[in-house]
Amino acid sequence: MGEVFTPDTEADLAAVVADANAGPTPLQIVGGGTKLGLGRPVETAKTLNVSGLSGITLYEPGALTLVAKAGTPLAEVQATLQTEGQRLPFEPMDYRSLLRSEGAPTIGGTVAINNSGSRRIQAGACRDSLIGVRFVNGRGEVVKNGGRVMKNVTGLDLVKLMCGSYGTLGVLTELSFKVLPINEREATLVLNGLSVEDGVRALSAALGSPFEVTGAAHLPEAAGSLTALRVEGFAGQVDYRLGKLGELLGGDISVLEGVAHNQLWQRVGTVSDFDGTAPVWRISVKPGDAPQVVEVLRSTVGADVLLDWGGGLIWARVADGPDGAAQVVRQTVNRVGGHATLVRASDSVRASVPVFEPQATRLAQISADIRAKFDPSGVLNPGRMVA
Amino acid sequence: MSTIAMPLPDEQILERKGAIVTALEAVVPPDCVISDPAETKAYECDALTAYRCPPLAAVLPRTTQEVAVVMKTCHALGVPVVPRGSGTSLAGGALPTADSVILGTARLNGVLEIDTANRFIRVQTGVTNLSVTGAVEDRGFFYAPDPSSQLACAIAGNIAMNSGGAHCLKYGVTTNNLMGVRMVMADGEIVELGGGHLDASGYDLLGVMCGSEGQLGIVTEATLRILPKPEGARPVLIGFDSPEVAGECVADIIKSGVLPVAIEYMDRLCIQATDDFSGAGYPDVDALLIVEVEGSDAEIDEQLEKVLAVARRHNPVELRQSGSAQESALIWKGRKAAFGAMGQINDYLCLDGTVPVSQLPKVLRRTGELSKIHGLECANVFHAGDGNMHPLILFDANAPGDLERAEAFGADILKLCVEVGGCLTGEHGVGIEKRDLMGEQYSTADMEAQMGVKDCFDPDWLLNPAKVFPLHISASRRAG
Repeated sequence: MGEVFTPDTEADLAAVVADANAGPTPLQIVGGGTKLGLGRPVETAKTLNVSGLSGITLYEPGALTLVAKAGTPLAEVQATLQTEGQRLPFEPMDYRSLLRSEGAPTIGGTVAINNSGSRRIQAGACRDSLIGVRFVNGRGEVVKNGGRVMKNVTGLDLVKLMCGSYGTLGVLTELSFKVLPINEREATLVLNGLSVEDGVRALSAALGSPFEVTGAAHLPEAAGSLTALRVEGFAGQVDYRLGKLGELLGGDISVLEGVAHNQLWQRVGTVSDFDGTAPVWRISVKPGDAPQVVEVLRSTVGADVLLDWGGGLIWARVADGPDGAAQVVRQTVNRVGGHATLVRASDSVRASVPVFEPQATRLAQISADIRAKFDPSGVLNPGRMVA
Repeated sequence: MSTIAMPLPDEQILERKGAIVTALEAVVPPDCVISDPAETKAYECDALTAYRCPPLAAVLPRTTQEVAVVMKTCHALGVPVVPRGSGTSLAGGALPTADSVILGTARLNGVLEIDTANRFIRVQTGVTNLSVTGAVEDRGFFYAPDPSSQLACAIAGNIAMNSGGAHCLKYGVTTNNLMGVRMVMADGEIVELGGGHLDASGYDLLGVMCGSEGQLGIVTEATLRILPKPEGARPVLIGFDSPEVAGECVADIIKSGVLPVAIEYMDRLCIQATDDFSGAGYPDVDALLIVEVEGSDAEIDEQLEKVLAVARRHNPVELRQSGSAQESALIWKGRKAAFGAMGQINDYLCLDGTVPVSQLPKVLRRTGELSKIHGLECANVFHAGDGNMHPLILFDANAPGDLERAEAFGADILKLCVEVGGCLTGEHGVGIEKRDLMGEQYSTADMEAQMGVKDCFDPDWLLNPAKVFPLHISASRRAG
């Protein structure tokens, strides 16, 4: 890892980056260090650790707004929100099981990868809840965009651009979120034993109903698959919605609440079924295309799958191989339209095949140009997204 | 005359008008090109009518390919292009300069694909906002963003300005409901961002494009998220004898755990004007809130019970629950007529700043004080749930100096919005209207980062170049 900088203030952090830019001396940017296995491996002599910039700087429950420094542990943000009966709407996933990592994820790392979980289908992605950023660009200059209000169209929206840029456009220092109330009650309607095709069809029917499904997953299992629909609301509302969805979908139905309900969504939100070291892909397609993609991946690369987002998000663990099944996965996804990310693979595989879906030529050029504008010396997480 | 400057037109472009029009007519059907000054006058302004300037020409293509060849031609000739949807921008986003070509989306008006199983619709961007819902409502779906101009405004303009509406508190704004676009770059190349799937690989270029006020590309097709229609919706009207208490009530409703689809606010001046105009029968109060929740009848009862419990703690002088569809319509009638009603009694300037909900009481009080200082009346009607204010500054367009006074008053209100932690514009966009105030909210480095992104999409700064950024800040980048 070499030399590690751990500044306590945004100004000190900016000075570290300015020095790096002058070198130029590339920096690997680290928060809790739980997702370093995501993206292409970065090899730099020096590391910038953001965890010294920590703390919630503003929380107004009545305005549904929270502002925190980037190094704040995600758990601290969530605990603070919970005291007022609120939460981050996008339900960030926990990658530690999947990536076999330890430590405490930070809110900055959450934003850097646009980390969105099951509730994304109803409440939007991390980027949809993010309403303001402060960051230090590759020249060591502090830049802000957006703010702390949820409706803001003042100037170009760099908030979205920064979200999911893996620390390659700037070092995030402070983040503002729109938050939402936690519902009084949650429960899950489970349809038992459906095929992937029937499962996705049921999830689509439910998501097309007015009953505000906040999680829609399909978990194939040897003992019989689970097709799970989460509903939330006030106590009476949940009973009503469960009843209505049951009427709509029919079949072999059960209802989960409490521990069993929590465990199921934790299983989806950690992808804990896919332990081990075999390559894991995260694939986004139209939900209706999922059954076809799953069938191809099962028959060609022996994939185990787990579906979230109504079928629109496919987690696939594939047989180990020299390219992590990249060629098959990309061809299959390109046939229907969508994108695939190689979430877990050895460093050598992630260094040799594109981890992120390659972009069309012009878009790749625009992205490279933006990176050159924001980080002209290429000192921030070089090679993390593209070689 | 008014106070916002536009750059002088490039004389060389004006002199070449004939050749430019000929070049455009050579690449698209002749009926797509409008160059007669009697006809280009129709494109001289948008809904910010105080500022007018006919363009060199206007082009109304029918296909993405036609847009591409028009852009390629203008790019080769070095002619600025100002994109235009339906021209309902309140910020001057579609205001031309004399040396620019207007590219209008009016004839790009097809619905291309409806996919209810995957919950999206793909349209050409000249379609109106309301017609998107119109195309899917018989299947039980709707398109959520609902700007008050939705009958007329085009999806192209909604995307350019990242438009909001009354129901954003629950459903978000355009950027949260936009899944993909087909876009023509300034040099004529066609690109695709996103699509029927969620998110995209690489940087979120779709996110930065949405709300870029036509400065990054011309969006010709859009994939929009559609949502299942709720089973029902019901509003409640709550009247207060003080604007500040109404503001406090908003924050408490939100804190209570209920998420209404809309919380709308009107003050006395606005209530009186709209009531005379619409006959909605609003109570005689200093401030009123309209709070709407959705769901089945029982779900609505459960939520409204909680809303009313909060409201009662603030000693409302009026609590009016709707008992029927007619009563619901009556509650909304005045609010929906507000802008029209105010227009009947006066000329007005409609502002659009957003403030943290906790600051609403303070901002309302301070706006009242500023009103006295500037000697102009100001009516308040806005989306209170998300702090997006719409102060309407009343003035007389025929009285010399009145517009300038109104603009000065408006600038003071917007500075106040920024000072308390808010922003200059919540849903209308910067355009020219707030362009020169950008420095109140953003540092030079902040704006440099934004302009740097535009450089990557439009290196020659030919797309809507005199907007968003103060002219002295963008001068070195703009052509001419």
